[in-house]
Amino acid sequence: MGFQVSQSGGVTLVEVEGQLIVGNRQELKQRVLEQLEGGDRKFVIDFSSTGYIDSSGLGVLVSLSKKIREQGGELRLSSLNEDLRTLFELTKLDTLFRITDTKEEALDGF
Amino acid sequence: MADDLVLELPSDVRSIEHVVDYVMSACDTCSCDARRMRLNFRVGLTEALSNAMMYGNGDDPTKRVRVEVTIKGTRIEARITDQGVGFDPGSVPDPTSPDNLLKSGGRGLFLMRQLCDEVSFNDQGNQVTLVLCLEQGVPLEGGAQA
Repeated sequence: MGFQVSQSGGVTLVEVEGQLIVGNRQELKQRVLEQLEGGDRKFVIDFSSTGYIDSSGLGVLVSLSKKIREQGGELRLSSLNEDLRTLFELTKLDTLFRITDTKEEALDGF
Repeated sequence: MADDLVLELPSDVRSIEHVVDYVMSACDTCSCDARRMRLNFRVGLTEALSNAMMYGNGDDPTKRVRVEVTIKGTRIEARITDQGVGFDPGSVPDPTSPDNLLKSGGRGLFLMRQLCDEVSFNDQGNQVTLVLCLEQGVPLEGGAQA
């Protein structure tokens, strides 16, 4: 379980490996905020290797999205599986984020 | 049927993933309705444990959380009890309303209510009972193993 951070064409790509839950949400927040403070403004968080996000994980994504928008940037999400999409739809967070099927799609459109 | 699985846990949110995995494994005979077990039950149990440890017990590692899982036919019931003072579940606002959508918290109870067939609290508000009714006509074989 962890986070892989890389750069692709001016976009910061964060790949979530495992789960995004109460036990590791702060690590993700810290990793993204470090990049934001370093000047990055375009972010994609990819969930192709993620099985589950709990409400704390959803909350961190909302918090990060707000902070990135406040700095004039954008956070996009990609590769949500069927269960994760259901969670975003139930909580209406699918209206808050641009969500793409693949990370390539998210990166290409930025 | 008596409680099939009973666990007493310290309030450590890092343990939640492992506890949920263990309970899911103990209930693996419920594969007749795999998606509802994987999504609905897993989410409900995770959120209930998270609420009990963080808000109920205030992340106090000396306070414990009790988990009881019972399977009766196609009905699976999980009761989670913390050692906090309790809360009023009716006071939690709708996280999907426009005023609350940008708030970072407040989605745990909502997800439990959305994904479980029944969610009830004791009078004190420190015990939640989740019920998931699996596919009718496909009774669970055996039951959870402690």
